Amino acid sequence: MTNHWIDYKNSDVFLIIGANPAENHPLAMKWIHRAKEQRGAKVIVVDPRYSRTCASADMVAHIRPGTDIAFINGIIKYALDHGSYHHDYVINYTNASYLVREDFIFNDGEFSGLQEKDGKEVYDKGTWKYQLDEEGKPIKDITLTNSRCVFQLLKKHVERYDIETVCQVTGCDRQTYETVARTYTSTGIAGRAGNVIYAMGITQHSVGTQNVRILAMLQLILGNMGIAGGGVNAQRGECNVQGSTDMAMLYHIIPGYLAVPKDFAHPNLADYIQKETPPGGYWVNKPKFFVSLLKAFYGENATPQNNFGYDYFPKCDANDHSHQSIIKDTHEGTINGMMIWGQNPVVGGPNTSYTVEALKKLDWMVAIDLFETETGAFWKAPDVNPEEVDTEVFMLPAASVYEKEGSVTNSGRWIQWRYKAIEPIGECKSDLWIVDRIFNEVRDLYKSQGGAYPDPILKMNWDYGGSFEKKPDVKKIALEVNGYDVASGQGITSFGVLKDDGSTACGNWIYAGYFADPENPACKKRELDDPGDLGVFLNYSYAWPLNRRILYNRCSADINGKPWNNEKPIFSYSGGKWTNLDVPDFNATIEPEVSGSSPFIMTVEGVGRLFSDSPLDGPFPEHYEPVESPVKNAFSKREFMPVANIWKHDHSKLVEKGDPNYPIIASTMRVTEHYQSGVMTRNLPSLVELMPEMYAEISRELAAEYRIEPGEMILISSPRGQIKVRAMVTSRNKPLYIRGNVHHLVCMPWHWGFKGLSTGASANTLVPNVGDANSSIPESKAFMCNIRKI
Amino acid sequence: MSINKLISRRGFLKGLGGATAFGTTVSGMELLGGPSKALAGELKIKYGTEKMTICPYCGVGCGILVYAEDNKVIYVEGDPDNPINEGALCSKGASIGDFTHIMEKGKRVENKLRLKKVLYRAPKSTEWEEKDWQWALKEIARRIKDTRDATFEQKNAQGVTVNRTFAMANFGSAALENEENYLFHKFVRGLGLVSIDHHARL
Repeated sequence: MTNHWIDYKNSDVFLIIGANPAENHPLAMKWIHRAKEQRGAKVIVVDPRYSRTCASADMVAHIRPGTDIAFINGIIKYALDHGSYHHDYVINYTNASYLVREDFIFNDGEFSGLQEKDGKEVYDKGTWKYQLDEEGKPIKDITLTNSRCVFQLLKKHVERYDIETVCQVTGCDRQTYETVARTYTSTGIAGRAGNVIYAMGITQHSVGTQNVRILAMLQLILGNMGIAGGGVNAQRGECNVQGSTDMAMLYHIIPGYLAVPKDFAHPNLADYIQKETPPGGYWVNKPKFFVSLLKAFYGENATPQNNFGYDYFPKCDANDHSHQSIIKDTHEGTINGMMIWGQNPVVGGPNTSYTVEALKKLDWMVAIDLFETETGAFWKAPDVNPEEVDTEVFMLPAASVYEKEGSVTNSGRWIQWRYKAIEPIGECKSDLWIVDRIFNEVRDLYKSQGGAYPDPILKMNWDYGGSFEKKPDVKKIALEVNGYDVASGQGITSFGVLKDDGSTACGNWIYAGYFADPENPACKKRELDDPGDLGVFLNYSYAWPLNRRILYNRCSADINGKPWNNEKPIFSYSGGKWTNLDVPDFNATIEPEVSGSSPFIMTVEGVGRLFSDSPLDGPFPEHYEPVESPVKNAFSKREFMPVANIWKHDHSKLVEKGDPNYPIIASTMRVTEHYQSGVMTRNLPSLVELMPEMYAEISRELAAEYRIEPGEMILISSPRGQIKVRAMVTSRNKPLYIRGNVHHLVCMPWHWGFKGLSTGASANTLVPNVGDANSSIPESKAFMCNIRKI
Repeated sequence: MSINKLISRRGFLKGLGGATAFGTTVSGMELLGGPSKALAGELKIKYGTEKMTICPYCGVGCGILVYAEDNKVIYVEGDPDNPINEGALCSKGASIGDFTHIMEKGKRVENKLRLKKVLYRAPKSTEWEEKDWQWALKEIARRIKDTRDATFEQKNAQGVTVNRTFAMANFGSAALENEENYLFHKFVRGLGLVSIDHHARL
C-alpha cells in the first residue's frame, strides 16, 4: 500500500475494485465504516458479483471479469472530458507535460516496437521515450496542448472508451457507471481524498500489471497520491506476503527490490552497478544498497578485492523461473528437488492436475508445514497410484505463529513484532531453526567431503548461534536485515548512511531502522499518541521506509508547501519551516519548490508517470480480452494481450474464442472462514463448522437454463480438468449482458483440497497456465468452463 | 473517538483488582446474588501468561493476545491496544488457538491433525513413516548436496561465472516471518538456486 489501514478513515470516496475487504480483510471494514460515519464517505464497489463488501456500498458496479481497464479508462476519459482532474497536481507532480518521441505510435491494439523473438511476441521499448533537449533533459509543455505531450496522448488513447462502449464491454449499466464516474472524479479537487483499494481481482489477469498501473494513473490525475485518505492500496493476502516480497523470495529480485544479477547483463559487479543504477531519482544509491547486501551475505569474505563476493552470488538467465515455469521445469525433468515452506502449490497454484503430474517427477521433496498438505501428500492424491511414484518426501512439523517470535509486515508496511506464547508442541520446530540446521548440515558436508564448487556456501556469512539444541538468535538476524556499521557493529537507523565501500552491511535496505537497537527496536514500539488524529501512530511499530506511513507525502501540499487539505494537513510550510505529522517522504531541509519538483523520488524524472516505459506490455493500459474469453475485443483487432505469458504444454490446452464446449466465464474467489489453500483453516474444527464445504456460485438464471437445483452436486470442467462441487444458486451472481449477448459466470472459492478435516475439489484444477507478461501471475480470475448436472 | 481517549481493557481490569474483578465488579452478576454469583467463578485466564502476536492470516496485521497455561493455549482475543484492530478479530484470527488445542466437550485437547513428528515417505510407499530430526536433517542435506553436485554450473556456455543450479526449486513463504524469509534468501542463493517463488502470485 502507499497508505495504510487506519488511513482509510480519512477517505471521502472509496473505489473498491477487484477486492472484497468485508470477506478477506474484515478489519478493513472498521476503517471504511469509520470514514462513512465520521466524514460521510461514499463507498463504490466494482465486482462481478454482489460480494459481502457490496452490502456496505453506496454504489455497486457489476462488471465482467477482466474488463477493469475498460472500466477505468472510461473514468479517466470522463475526468478529462469534464475537467474534473486536479490540474495543479497533474502539471507539477506527473509527467503529463512531457513530450513523447514522434515515432511512438499506438495503432489498433499494438504499440510501436512489437516484434517476434524466439517464437514469441515482445516489445522493443525504444520508441516509448521522451523527447530530450540538448542537455538530455525531457522537453515539457506546461500548457498541456502540444499533441505529443503525455496529457494529449493519454486523451487520445482513452477516446475510444466512451460510456456506451465501456458499458457494452463490461456489462455495467449506464446509470450506475455515470454515477460512479461522477462520484469518484469528485475527488479530483484539492481537499477531497479518493481511495483506490484493490486485491487479486485486479492482479490475477494476463493484464494484471496494467490493471494496477491504470489505478495509479487514475489516482495521479485526481491528485489522490500522497495524501491522507488517498493512495493505491493493495490489500495483501497473507500476514507476511509483504515481508516475504520485501525479502525477495521471488526469482527475479533480491532483498529490497534490487534486480537479481543476470548472466547476460551483469557478468561482473561493475556491469551490475553500471546497468542497474539509473541517472536520477533515489535509486542512484543502488550501489550502496547492493554492496551493503553483499557484505551482509558474505561478511569478511566480501572485500573490495573480490568485488564483495559478487561471483558467489548465483546468476539468473533470461528465462522465466516463476511458479508456472517451476512446475513446467519440474514436469520436464529439469528440477529434481524441491523445498516448500508453509506453502501448498497443489491447491494454491494454477492447474492442479498438472502440478501433481509434475511433482511425481521429483527425486525428492521437503515440505515444511503445520498440517499434512495436499502438496506433501501429493502421492496420495485421488487418481495417483503411489506405487508408480518414486519421489521421496520429507514432511517436517513446523511451529505455528505463537510458538516462535519474529517480525511480520502488514499491507501498510508496518513491521510488527510477534512474541512467543508457548514452546512448540510435539517435535515441531520453527522454520528459523529448520533452515539454520539444514544450511549447517549442508555446509558441514561440503567442509568434510568437498564437492561442486563449495565456496558460495562456505563463504556465506551464517553464524547466528544456532545448534541442534538451540534456535538461532533472531535478534542477530534482525540486526543484519536492519543493517549495521561493520567496524562497530552498531545498527543503523537510516539507509541514508549506507556506503558502497564495504563499511556498511545491510540485508535489506528498506528495513533500515526497524531493529537498530536490538534491546529496544523501533518495531516493538507500542505508543498510541496520534497528534492531529491522522491515524499515523508514528510510535507504534515501524513502517518501511524510514517509518513513513503515507508514501509520496510531498504531494499532500502544493508546490509552495501549502497543504491541499487544511482540515487534515500532513505537512505545512511557513516561515521557512515544515510542520509535519508524518515522516517526510522528501527532503524537508530544502525549499518546497525544490522538493516539489521531484515528489516521486524513486522515478528518474521525479514525477508520477502517466506514460511509462517500465512495463513490458505497453506505456498506456489498453483493454484486451482475457486469454480465454467468449467476447470479441471491441477496442482493437488484438484479442488478448500480445505479449502475455503462455506456457505451452499438453496439460494446458486453451479454450478458443466461441468454443461452445466451454461457454461459461469462471473466476476464483475466497471466503472469510477459509484461507488460501486451506491448510490453516480446513484443519480447525471451529472454522470448518462455519464454512464446511466447497461450492460454486451460479446465478438463478444459469441454474434455470441448466436445470440445476440449489445444493445439487454439479460437474465443472475446463480443458485442464474437472471438479465435482455443490451448486450454490444465488442472486448474488448475475448474468452479464455484453455486446448484445448474455454471458454467465461461475465463481468458486479455491480453498479446498483432498486433505484435512474438510476436503473438497480444488478450483485451481480448472485454471490454465497463462499469465501476465511482467509478473507471470496466473489469470485465475477470468477463464472459461462448462457446468452440468451429474 | 481516537484510541488514546479510551482506557484499555487491561487498564480497566487493573483498576478493579485484576482477574478477581469478575466476582466483585458492579455488574449483572452481583444483582443476581446467591448461587449465580458463586457460579460466575474466576476468569479462565487467571493463571495464564499473556503474550502478544500478530494474526497469521490476512495482511491487515491484527494484534492478538494469546493466553497460555502449562504450555497450552487457553484463550485468544484481539489486542485492544493495537490501533489497527482495536481489539476486534475476524473468525479466522479468533480461531488461532485451534492450531494447538481445540475445544472438545468443554475441554481443551490437542489438535490431532497437527503435525508433531517428522514424517518420511519412501519411493513407491503408500504410507508415511515417523522419523527423528537428526536423521531427517542429515538425509535432506545429503540429497541437497547430491543434486547440487550433479548439476552445479560454475560458468555458462559464454564463459560467464554463474555459480548456479537449475535442478532445485524453493517455494515459500508469505506465512513466515521476515527474519525467516531473509535466512531463506541467503539459503537458496548460497546453494545457487534460480527457481524461487512464493504466494505473492497466488
